[in-house]
Amino acid sequence: MASTVAEPAVAAAACAHCGLPVPTGEFDPGTDQQFCCHGCRTAWDVIHEIGLSAYYGTEDRRGAPVRPSGRGYDEFDHPAFQRLYARDGTGGLKEIDLYLDGVHCASCVWLVERVPLVVPGAVSAELDVPRSLARIRWDPSRTTLAAIARFLDQLGYPARAFRGGRADELRRAEDRRMLIRIGVAGALAINVMTVALALYAGWFGAMEASYVRYFRWVSLLLSVPAIVWPGRVFFTSAWGALRARRLHMDVPIALALGAGFLRGAVNTIADTGPIYFDGVVTLIFLLLVGRFLQQRAQRAAADSAELLHALTPATARLVTGDQVSEVPVEGLTPDAIVEVRAGDTVPTDGIVVSGRSNLDLSVLTGESRPIAIGPEEAVYAGTVNLGSALKIRVTEAGETTRLGRILRELEAGMRRRAPVVHTADRLAGFFVAAVMVLAAATWLIGRRIDPTNALDNAIALLIVTCPCALALATPLAMTVAVGRAAKSGILIRGGDALEVLSRPGKLLLDKTGTLTEGRLALLQWTGDDASRSEVLALERHSNHPIARAFETAWADQREVVPEQVEQILGGGLLGVVNGRSLVVGSPRFVLARAADPDRLAATLPDHLTPVLVARDGRIVAAAGFGDPIRPDAAPALRELERRGWTVGILSGDAPSVVAATAEALGVPAARARGGATPEEKLGVVEEELTRGPVAMVGDGVNDAPAIGRASVGIGVRGGAEACLAAADVFLASPGLAPLVALVRGAERTMTVIRRNIAISLGYNVLGAVLAMTGKIDPLIAAIMMPASSLTVILISWRSRSFEAPR
Amino acid sequence: MTILFVLVPVALVLVAIALVGFGWATRGGQFDDLETPALRALRDDTDAPRDRPAPPANHSIGRAPSKS
Repeated sequence: MASTVAEPAVAAAACAHCGLPVPTGEFDPGTDQQFCCHGCRTAWDVIHEIGLSAYYGTEDRRGAPVRPSGRGYDEFDHPAFQRLYARDGTGGLKEIDLYLDGVHCASCVWLVERVPLVVPGAVSAELDVPRSLARIRWDPSRTTLAAIARFLDQLGYPARAFRGGRADELRRAEDRRMLIRIGVAGALAINVMTVALALYAGWFGAMEASYVRYFRWVSLLLSVPAIVWPGRVFFTSAWGALRARRLHMDVPIALALGAGFLRGAVNTIADTGPIYFDGVVTLIFLLLVGRFLQQRAQRAAADSAELLHALTPATARLVTGDQVSEVPVEGLTPDAIVEVRAGDTVPTDGIVVSGRSNLDLSVLTGESRPIAIGPEEAVYAGTVNLGSALKIRVTEAGETTRLGRILRELEAGMRRRAPVVHTADRLAGFFVAAVMVLAAATWLIGRRIDPTNALDNAIALLIVTCPCALALATPLAMTVAVGRAAKSGILIRGGDALEVLSRPGKLLLDKTGTLTEGRLALLQWTGDDASRSEVLALERHSNHPIARAFETAWADQREVVPEQVEQILGGGLLGVVNGRSLVVGSPRFVLARAADPDRLAATLPDHLTPVLVARDGRIVAAAGFGDPIRPDAAPALRELERRGWTVGILSGDAPSVVAATAEALGVPAARARGGATPEEKLGVVEEELTRGPVAMVGDGVNDAPAIGRASVGIGVRGGAEACLAAADVFLASPGLAPLVALVRGAERTMTVIRRNIAISLGYNVLGAVLAMTGKIDPLIAAIMMPASSLTVILISWRSRSFEAPR
Repeated sequence: MTILFVLVPVALVLVAIALVGFGWATRGGQFDDLETPALRALRDDTDAPRDRPAPPANHSIGRAPSKS
């Protein structure tokens, strides 16, 4: 869809609303405020009119042009819609969660939450930025939800109903439960530790026996809730693993917790021997923290229904007789006739009944060039009508459309994906077995040598070797890395991606919008330079992407007013400029209207879209259009290859275009594949997966199934929502340089993790030796256990895995 | 030092109160979104906006359909 974006050519002025450079075509010398587009102008007017101009007071504003959908949102007031999504609140109010596009800054929060001051009847608006959800409460007797949605739309925040409410609610409840467990375990651990400190201090000095007994009983009383409430997680998990006959990291943890607690309780009652309560409770707390970090980072599988909802319009213009009415897409049946106006997204799959236009199919195919479409030809939901109005006969609607099927495949692919086995988990298996064998040996052999202390030595071994630091090693380092990466514009979902990216494998890149800028631009011009301003005179009267590319490329040309202009759809433009007839358009169109044979078109390479210019029947110039390659693509690919990655191109664009791009980037032709449908892309990724890990980089819906299936899926800036939902990593800054930063950061993160694991294993080996020889007493155990965790925490915190990109 | 027999239980009661407060805050959703409230505080409301009617229905701002 990027091809519909008019790229600013000259930074003459900054847009008064979004701060982006204003294209010269939009520059108006008559006013103080300049705007980059109509949407920004409207938003600016609205904000000033309602007296919220304080919005412009701060630096932190959205740096994206406003693109209102201009929809009526009539379906929001439909009773069926409100039954599905809205809730009844107190005092006759209604409440709904709306998903807003484009909210990400402090000013967005401020502006959206001012809605009640502007729309009478809107009671409150609360924004949740990380989830892009706004909770709107309104009074149905004073306003309609559609009016609120239209207002948000004008400001550049198109709204849609949030469907994932239930799953979201469950996840949130689980998060809260976990947080409470951590809070309880933490509070208990700190208090048990304080008491333990008093006991250790008393060890050296003289402490009256009554106080010692008192403190031991306090520790016991504090440990009981820690074991039965937050600690229960480990017992249930270990029990589940044992029943499934698997050895899990939770098995020795549960054993250590249980044995330590019981031995401590027995010793407290008997008033002799060590108590292990401080170790046991701290262990519960630290392990829960590690687990929480890991759980929070886990990615949720994409929901195909939710995505379909986001990519297709909610309403369609149904034609009955000569009446046109806006109806919800859910209500469309096959054979209904639907009107799709210029700029609209096609709502269903169908056959064109009447009208001719150009469609942007990039959402489905990744093809950057607009495709001409006419009667009896098939159109698909999710594609964008760039030209003029079409009437289509519906063949498939909703989940049975081609787009719906692709998204279902994406969902299925993500479920099929094998989970990443973390280095720490792999080690934990060996580690667990070793500790169990050693503990058993200590007890059985020790019984013969030193019967009184054998059991205590075995328990000390279990506690001191508890994989606490090991369990913290991975999640902590990953959490720190993910946080640092987010600051430099690399958003990582789940640490799995870092684990996979740290070792080189196969890297597949989509072409359109990933390696290239995803827009049509004038790349070659041969012929009469004097005709430029004349060509531009005609092109200013068209909204075809080619016309926009001409305007962008020649923004500095002086303006000429044509005497006559006519646009022939699917051909080009005819007109009279400076008293001479001018024809601009496709070679077939122009040659049919020119006297001399085609010489100039032959000078253009295959992969460019040709446009000829004829003046007074003579061909004077030829222009070639294509999608420009990002300037940082070639160095980024070189760097990745140097790090051992095998780079390939996997694109839906025409093979000749892909081959030309591969050649320009130095990718061997054998590893560049063009003309691949979304299904074929998925197939290529599955085939590569049999040989090793695959990273897929892309931006469109056509890449989404492949991205969801790959070992690591990476979405780039400007990508479609489906692609972002499937991706593990999202590069928020443009270009491919962040990809290199990502790979480098992943390598560094894994180094930190390996160091963490080595340190925690070192501590454990030392502790095991001390425990088995009976050298360990509660004091040493109490110092060693938190010390290893503390070392791991410090190392993770100080790691420089992701530094701000140069 | 017999005061310890009183002070330790008192301290534990205080811990229990703090935990109840923490549980209440968590269940109330105060830890669900740690990002937005920080952004919300960045701007203060100085000027009260004027009243303005809601935008009319079918207020179209989209690109005009081309004529050809």
